[in-house]
Amino acid sequence: MPVVLLTDAFVFLLIAVAIGFALYARRHEHLSAPWRSVGRSPVGVGALVVITFYVAVGLLDTLHFHPRLEAVPAVPADAEAAFIGSQAVREATPDRLPESSPEAEPDAVWPAPATGPAPRYSAQVLSLLDVLLNPLRERQEKTFSAPFATRSFVREPIEQPDGSVVRDFPRLIHGGAHLADPAKRGWDILWRTLLGLVKGLLLWALLAAALVWLLARRRGQPPRNLARAIAHGETELPWRVALLTLALMLMLMMVAADLSAKYYILGTDKVGEDVFYQALKSIRTGLVIGTLTTLVMLPAAVILGIMAGYFRGLTDDIIQYLYTTLNSIPGVLLIAAAILMLQVHMTNHADQFASLVHRADLRLFFLCIILGVTSWTGLCRLLRGEALKLREADYVLAATALGVRHSTVIARHILPNVLHIVMITLVLDFSGLVLAEAVLSYVNIGVDPTMNSWGNMINSARLELARDPVVWWSLAAAFGFMFTLVLAANLFADVVRDAFDPRLRALR
Amino acid sequence: MTAYIIRRVLYAIPILIGVNLITFMLFFVVNSPDDMARMQLGDRRVTEEAVVNWKAERGYDRPLLFNSEAAGLDRVTETIFFQKSLRLFAFQFGASDSGRNIGYDISQRMWPSLAIALPVLLVGLAINISYALMIVFFRATYIDIGSVVLLVAMMSISGLFYIISGQFLIGKLFHLVPISGYDTGLDAIKFLVLPVLVGVIAGIGSGTRLYRTFFLEEVNRDYVRTARAKGLRERVVLFRHVLQNALIPILTGVVAVLPLLFMGALITESFFGIPGLGSYTIDAIAAQDFAIVRAMVFLGSVLYILGLILTDISYTLVDPRVRLS
Repeated sequence: MPVVLLTDAFVFLLIAVAIGFALYARRHEHLSAPWRSVGRSPVGVGALVVITFYVAVGLLDTLHFHPRLEAVPAVPADAEAAFIGSQAVREATPDRLPESSPEAEPDAVWPAPATGPAPRYSAQVLSLLDVLLNPLRERQEKTFSAPFATRSFVREPIEQPDGSVVRDFPRLIHGGAHLADPAKRGWDILWRTLLGLVKGLLLWALLAAALVWLLARRRGQPPRNLARAIAHGETELPWRVALLTLALMLMLMMVAADLSAKYYILGTDKVGEDVFYQALKSIRTGLVIGTLTTLVMLPAAVILGIMAGYFRGLTDDIIQYLYTTLNSIPGVLLIAAAILMLQVHMTNHADQFASLVHRADLRLFFLCIILGVTSWTGLCRLLRGEALKLREADYVLAATALGVRHSTVIARHILPNVLHIVMITLVLDFSGLVLAEAVLSYVNIGVDPTMNSWGNMINSARLELARDPVVWWSLAAAFGFMFTLVLAANLFADVVRDAFDPRLRALR
Repeated sequence: MTAYIIRRVLYAIPILIGVNLITFMLFFVVNSPDDMARMQLGDRRVTEEAVVNWKAERGYDRPLLFNSEAAGLDRVTETIFFQKSLRLFAFQFGASDSGRNIGYDISQRMWPSLAIALPVLLVGLAINISYALMIVFFRATYIDIGSVVLLVAMMSISGLFYIISGQFLIGKLFHLVPISGYDTGLDAIKFLVLPVLVGVIAGIGSGTRLYRTFFLEEVNRDYVRTARAKGLRERVVLFRHVLQNALIPILTGVVAVLPLLFMGALITESFFGIPGLGSYTIDAIAAQDFAIVRAMVFLGSVLYILGLILTDISYTLVDPRVRLS
């Protein structure tokens, strides 16, 4: 049974808007020409391929559903309960030492979720990504383990066959469990990496061949010539860069898939969850914050900005007053105040939320709105300035002289000419918002603590740097995934801005 | 000039009233003081008596906007809006929810904040400007391209990474400076080195890139071409002509953030244990002390508006083309 969470609905809306806009831009030269020049930039195309991979993971994670009752066997359901339970435990006692963590089977010790036994399965909200990553999601260790480890990170009393008890590092339940001799781990990893590389290359060759064939057919060129042109980087669109990036990403993906089937490639966290799985799940949170924040405040920013510039006078004064006031409140403090108030509301009305997932989702959406409130003023001001300029343009004056209504003038003459500003802002704001999520979650005024996000990963892992040897993998995973996305987004944003801003182009 | 400043200050008053109304709505209307009391007291099964006591101790037992039980002027003054919100205009912050005097705390804690923020700003400015100038000097060479790539990469790294890795590398691995803490007087320096260093490095990416665009904009202007045509050397052109003109947007940008330096750096301060206003705010958020958050919101807005006014004034001072209107 499919479930549409609040943020899911807005993601779908965003996709619809994007498709609609793409169709609109195709018919309008002033919007499509800059995009074509983005497509000709090697950096832009390479970054776009990387972003596409992130978006694909995020979209898979957006298709939520309740798993069917009879289709779910009893054992995974228990593991699922343990999963939710472990999240709740982590939230309740963030500073609990792993030595004191429950040592028996998870489902015996973890507190049962609040919902009853029968509707428990149907109340579960899973996403398509969860199904794809089912093996990663369900396996769980007791506590930390390093990347590719076969033994736990923490010593434990182990009962020997002869009855004596020795304190040692126990073998992991899942990580490298298929190895008879953990000493041969290196060969196994090497073998699996090679296998993954070959798989990735094969997949890539398949995709590349299909692409070349399609392109060649469209252009009426023999595929062999086209392939040679691509290999030499002689095509108008930088297909070579696109294909190279694609090859890199595909190989990384396949190697990660092959290795993570048998190992924890990024280790496990304090409660023994796979860090790689957490990092993948965090992608959706980052993308949602980066895009929805701009989207939810877009109507207000566009309407108010254009109204202020077009009507001037009292309207302008009121709107300017509004955004100066909002702007003068320090962003972090406004977010903190709003999130604190939301927490008060949620604590006092805990019964209104069907599940932890719904609650976390509402908080994520609320965070998008409040982040939007703090950041829409910039766009509003830009649009006001542009509308001020446009209202003096000859075609607007002509339309006004002919008696065209204000609403029609705005819709037909002003709005299409400010769309490029909206687009640049959307792209430019994205990376900053992804980074902001991490900082806010770190201060506990970001997304819900039960939600997977890079900020929450960093927040829960930062104290572990004090351990000896250092537990670095959670931090490294969160920072690495975040860095890749933000770098790609920054590079892409640069290309987009250069393409749309003729003044900058002249500087080159 | 004086008339202009007075008008700008008067213009700030309605904005501050607006800020006050927004915070008042957020803190008292969205959730009633009863809700806050229950949240603070923790237990869901808290007695009515405890809630009443909690509110009475902190002065939240008054009506929100209008007190019908009082007489005369007290009808307006004996309300939460007057006592908690309007008093902020006189910088009377009152007591925090845990009973401390907020005004005193702020006056004590703003100096450590400044001790970090000011060096970060100055050192960062010096490094960013010289680096940006260097890039522009070597423009369209591999140094330029490599630097831009480096800057974008540095921009893409989360600020948290700089803080965490800086503390780990310098504090723990090399044992050069203490990891966290603070001291009074000159002893404070050894605690300040690391946060300042981290703050400067974290700002290089975006700062240098911004200044580079400022410089590039100036480099393509007519007066630069004239200077080159006169036969001036590139070094003279850059340092005498380009730098001076590009300093206008740089300095006015700096003036805008000057007052906000008092607010401190939120994450840096709490991470390195510096008792400044940033960590004060973070602690208040963590302890859900609404009185402090309210006071800091107001203080932040005042400082922001002060920055705006200073920016406008400095524009007119630095750039004679800008006229007061």
